[in-house]
Amino acid sequence: MVIQLLNGMQLAMLLFLLSVGLSVVFGLMRFVNLAHGTLFMLGAFVGLSTVEATGSFWWALVAGTLASAIVGGLLYLGLLRRLQAESPLKQVLVTFGLIFIGLEAARIIWGDYAERLPGPALLAGSTALFGVVYPTYRLFVIGLGLAVAAMLYFGLERTRVGAIIRAGVDDRTMTAALGIDIGRVFFVVFVLGCALAGLAGVVAGPVLSVYAGMDMGVLVLSLVVVVIGGPGSLKGAFVGAILVGMVETFGQVWLPEVAGMLLYGLMAAVLALRPQGLLPAGPRP
Amino acid sequence: MSSAPLLSVDGLHVHYDRSHVLQGVDLEVPEGTVVALVGRNGAGKTTTLKAIMGIVRGSAGTVRFAGRAIAAERTDRIARLGIGYVPETRAIFPSLSVEEHLTLAARAGGWTLERVYDRFPRLAERRRAGGATLSGGEQQMLTIARAMTTGPRLLLLDEPTEGLAPLVVEEIAGMLRALKAEGMTLLLVEQNLAFALGFADMVVLLGRGQVRWTGAPAAFHAAPETRAWLAV
Ligand SMILES: Nc1ncnc2c1ncn2[C@@H]1O[C@H](COP(=O)(O)OP(=O)(O)OP(=O)(O)O)[C@@H](O)[C@H]1O
Ligand SMILES: [Mg+2]
Repeated sequence: MVIQLLNGMQLAMLLFLLSVGLSVVFGLMRFVNLAHGTLFMLGAFVGLSTVEATGSFWWALVAGTLASAIVGGLLYLGLLRRLQAESPLKQVLVTFGLIFIGLEAARIIWGDYAERLPGPALLAGSTALFGVVYPTYRLFVIGLGLAVAAMLYFGLERTRVGAIIRAGVDDRTMTAALGIDIGRVFFVVFVLGCALAGLAGVVAGPVLSVYAGMDMGVLVLSLVVVVIGGPGSLKGAFVGAILVGMVETFGQVWLPEVAGMLLYGLMAAVLALRPQGLLPAGPRP
Repeated sequence: MSSAPLLSVDGLHVHYDRSHVLQGVDLEVPEGTVVALVGRNGAGKTTTLKAIMGIVRGSAGTVRFAGRAIAAERTDRIARLGIGYVPETRAIFPSLSVEEHLTLAARAGGWTLERVYDRFPRLAERRRAGGATLSGGEQQMLTIARAMTTGPRLLLLDEPTEGLAPLVVEEIAGMLRALKAEGMTLLLVEQNLAFALGFADMVVLLGRGQVRWTGAPAAFHAAPETRAWLAV
């Protein structure tokens, strides 16, 4: 039971890292970037190559995060920026196309086989916690997710830049009418979201293993997280990720026959009861 | 008149899909004056302000502010040139606190927090409250104060007294008079004619997307256009 809870939490934190950028970007610009998962995979592969070259997981963490941030930023400047004024259908089609381009590129560059990204030696082995013995690396994943969530929360809720982002999510036009260059704010948020996707990719490497196509499953899960939590909301992404992580994990254990459907049942239930998601961006008390 | 007006709009046309909402609007706002823009519901007053801010795009015409053509500029650039905007909807940010509204876009030369709280003690009391929890009057004070924190040279106000209790209207009117006394330039859309005529230096009457009359407030009621384009 405790083990399953920790497993669920670990998956939840990976999903949170992946979904939070997707969610805030969507909330800010109503922009759907299906290629977000591709940046997750990019982070993982760059991390893998970095470990192979340097032997250091920590360098991999840095390189994978940076690579996704840079490629995401270039994609935005070269292509996605132009899609902002377009219909959601076009955004979905173009970014869906990017998924396949990313997939092929990964096959060409890194080959078509799965490989485990070696975790850091420091975190090898297990730790006794809550009366169970649990892999230390997985505890690290949970801790990292919580730390990033806390940092993002502080940045979003307690700083002026965070206030600008929230204002943009509430009302883009009014934010611009106050002299704020909302396009630049969006770019920063977009790149940060991509960086977090890359970070999630490296961190997932030792757990999920790295292969071309590893983005597909998590992309779907992270879209479910965004829908359940409420687009544009950090708290929503956090709570949504925990729900999805737990349902996935416990579903596999208790109801393996219907585990795949459980998640969509959850999403349908949330959408029926609260179409804006559980914790949509919006009014503060 | 030797110097050019701070704001001038010439031959401004705006279309929404197929409806031709502004059909060649001309108006001028000299520095340090208050110009009231009046007209029936649907005359195009809000659209005029939105076009000046670059929120809607004109299909023809020019807008000049402080000597620069701004009709093709982005909204945030127009705002940074020195135009503050108080929209009809107030556009309070529900997820921001009162104080965040006032620090979000603050720029040098604009009202400081102390100045806002001095003038609106109610906002000081509610500084931590969320934007969505404010009363209509508090929201209106906050929208005006928010615009003033950016240090504008010109303030566009879209029906700032609409839907407010008489006491609150008086409070807002008092603060607009104080702004005028300080030399602030205002373009004020107002349905409350008694207030508009008592306050403005010039009145521009808009009817079905065109300026039908421009003149001093004292001459407003005697003008034949007033009856044709304002009386319901
Ligand atoms: N986004 C829009 N799309 C289509 N038509 C619009 C839109 N906004 C306004 N209109 C139409 O344009 C005309 C002018 O509207 P506008 O809001 O500028 O009038 P107004 O003078 O501000 O009216 P009010 O006194 O009611 O605020 C109206 O006929 C309105 O129905
Ligand atoms: Mg209006």
